Amino acid sequence: MLERTQVPPFEGTKEQEKQLLAMIAAHKDERGALMPILQKAQDIYGYLPIEVQTMISDETGISLEKVYGIVTFYSQFSLTPKGKYHISVCLGTACYVIGAGDIFEVIEKKLGIKGGECTPDGKFSLDGCRCIGACGLAPVLTINSDVHGRLTLDDIDPMLAQYE
Amino acid sequence: MENIKLKINGIEVSAPKGSTILDAAHLAGVKIPTLCYFKEINEIGACRVCVVEVKGARNLVAACVHPATDGMEVLTATPQLIKSRKKTLELMLSAHDRRCLECVRSGNCEFQSMCQELGVEDSGFYDGDRPIHEIDTTAPHLIRDNNKCILCRRCTSICEQRQHVAVIGPNNRGFDTVIGSPFEMGLGDTSCIHCGQCVSVCPTAALQEKPYIDEVLAAIADPTKYVVVQPAPSVRTALGEEFGYPIGTDVEGKMAAALRRIGFDGVYDTCFGADLTIMEESEEFRKRLIDGVGKMPMFTSCSPGWVSFCEHYYPELIENLSSCKSPQQMFGAVAKTYYATEKKIDPKDIVSVSIMPCTAKKYEAGRDDQSAAGPGIPDVDYSITTRELARMIRKVGLDFRNLPDEKFDDIMGDSTGAGVIFGASGGVAEAALRTLVARLENKELKDVDFHAVRGMDGIKEATIHVAGKDVKIAVTSGMTNAKKILDQVRAGTSDYDFIEVMGCWGGCVAGGGQPHCDAETWNHTDVRGLRAKVLYDIDVKREYRKSHKNPSIIKLYDDYLVGGPGADKAHHILHTSYKKRKVNEFLD
Ligand code: SF4
Ligand code: SF4
Ligand code: SF4
Ligand code: FES
Ligand code: FES
Repeated sequence: MLERTQVPPFEGTKEQEKQLLAMIAAHKDERGALMPILQKAQDIYGYLPIEVQTMISDETGISLEKVYGIVTFYSQFSLTPKGKYHISVCLGTACYVIGAGDIFEVIEKKLGIKGGECTPDGKFSLDGCRCIGACGLAPVLTINSDVHGRLTLDDIDPMLAQYE
Repeated sequence: MENIKLKINGIEVSAPKGSTILDAAHLAGVKIPTLCYFKEINEIGACRVCVVEVKGARNLVAACVHPATDGMEVLTATPQLIKSRKKTLELMLSAHDRRCLECVRSGNCEFQSMCQELGVEDSGFYDGDRPIHEIDTTAPHLIRDNNKCILCRRCTSICEQRQHVAVIGPNNRGFDTVIGSPFEMGLGDTSCIHCGQCVSVCPTAALQEKPYIDEVLAAIADPTKYVVVQPAPSVRTALGEEFGYPIGTDVEGKMAAALRRIGFDGVYDTCFGADLTIMEESEEFRKRLIDGVGKMPMFTSCSPGWVSFCEHYYPELIENLSSCKSPQQMFGAVAKTYYATEKKIDPKDIVSVSIMPCTAKKYEAGRDDQSAAGPGIPDVDYSITTRELARMIRKVGLDFRNLPDEKFDDIMGDSTGAGVIFGASGGVAEAALRTLVARLENKELKDVDFHAVRGMDGIKEATIHVAGKDVKIAVTSGMTNAKKILDQVRAGTSDYDFIEVMGCWGGCVAGGGQPHCDAETWNHTDVRGLRAKVLYDIDVKREYRKSHKNPSIIKLYDDYLVGGPGADKAHHILHTSYKKRKVNEFLD
């Protein structure tokens, strides 16, 4: 098996599936239907795991590889859900030069996931982002709507502990 | 058709309206290098090695997709163009595992020869950034090594457009782009039909068949093993290309001589297995047509790529598939039963090797219900491609061109013209008709040629009046073509009785295991037609042209397969079963 992205188990509901199938049925005969179908599917589930992409492939007759190729081409689509707590580390220039890269890597190690992934228990997800306009607080990250600034590597453990 | 006039390198050229610059240059005898371009399959203008200068245009244009227009002035080989092409190639090279010396494609790699022709310098400027890709060996028939991939996308285009399978494609974007399957699955976890068409069109060694050369040579060297070999009809039509013969040269005799000198204990012919297939398949068809036993229409089952396609994409139609094993498997089954008995050898000590124009045959050899001599004794142990045979011939040091013409050995080396034409699209239907008419009308056909089912069209039709019935026949090859007919059958709107389906367009002569031709050759030569002609020429020269006249086949039924075609014994040894599968089945 080739290296794959870690995802928590799929927890889609019957209700979501009903919504998805109805939406595909409404769009599937349109030209270029795949983009809008993918966007709406992501609205329904929050992300596009293999289970959702397979349903889209089966219903539209578009091969799963085509679907996956498009999902991985556009950065608007996500293969992983957002965790209960979504950590977004600023990798903008001001933050980067003052050590945001190290902070990002240490969080990756501590959580055992890579950027773009979510812990198997669904608790934390991690991403890098561009300048969030808080350069004065560099290096900075957000966890959901909380802003954590002027971070050092030693701050990471206590900070994460607040979200246990 | 309306013509336009343009100037290429100062020389006036006339070309049909609608031509690309590349087409027009070809007409003028001017070669423009191409890499991603593959006529009708991959016309995406992505690689930019075909750039040319057009007077008045601001940028260089890609000749493979840019239309030629009246009055246009084109330059194809200025120092600036050569420099630009070299840059493009050097960039590709910087991300390439360029160990040519140990590479299977060295010598017939389109990327390598282009780098050489243009004088690209391999100074390793960008070595630091080379991504390392894991090699995918999960599929039974091929290996993907993306470290040698130049992202031309010919493979993904042929898989999608010709085969309607599309299990490979470009994933991610920019520097991270790789060709692969969904969710980083190995190809072996997808509904790939193993046809190997992607391997055929790949310009580099990023795709190659899963090789078994060393295993076969080891078996030959093992004194306790008795190794029998069967080359398929199409192998003799193309093997010569590997040794410098023109496309369409018959090398049957030299091939037999080579196999003997490699050291096989018995040198036989898959055409014998094909004759046997006709005996069984025509009887099965008679039962369905006349006795009403079994579903109609009946599909042929000798192409494992097609069988997989049916199982995955049209599972509701698997009962329409003939239960006959393919010629490769029938041969192997007979080798380990009848032949083992005749020669007094324990079937466990027989190693059965096939040489095939096909990669799907590697998968077929490992399918369930393909072990006539008992569990754990597969009908075929190793299936290798025409290309692997050529490599083996070179490895053991044979001077192929100077070999004598020899014959196949007795018992399973005998074949009729009907068995030979199996390798071309339409050949199975034609061979079946020759025997079917004899069986149903109890008289022999004088004119055995059925021209309506010959040729390289994707769909062919014929109606034959036999035993008071109009039997409607369809012949199709390449899964995108077949799909049109299959949709009719599924919808109940088809009135065909017998449908020949082959996985690869044109039949086995253009299978995924045949010698590589570069895109330029494919674009301008009827490779399939030239190879198929070899088979029809052999057919005319064979002593017998109908399978049921093959003396060795008659003897096989008299001595061993008692009860004749379709009886219990034959059924046990020569027939198989199928399984309903899904398109996306990895979630189950
Ligand atoms: S794929 Fe071609 S260029 Fe690359 S190592 Fe093999 S022969 Fe050389
Ligand atoms: S072997 Fe055939 S089906 Fe499989 S990936 Fe290649 S072209 Fe597609
Ligand atoms: S695998 Fe071969 S055919 Fe496919 S994109 Fe790479 S180089 Fe081209
Ligand atoms: S660079 Fe990080 S907030 Fe501006
Ligand atoms: S862009 Fe013309 S051959 Fe690739």
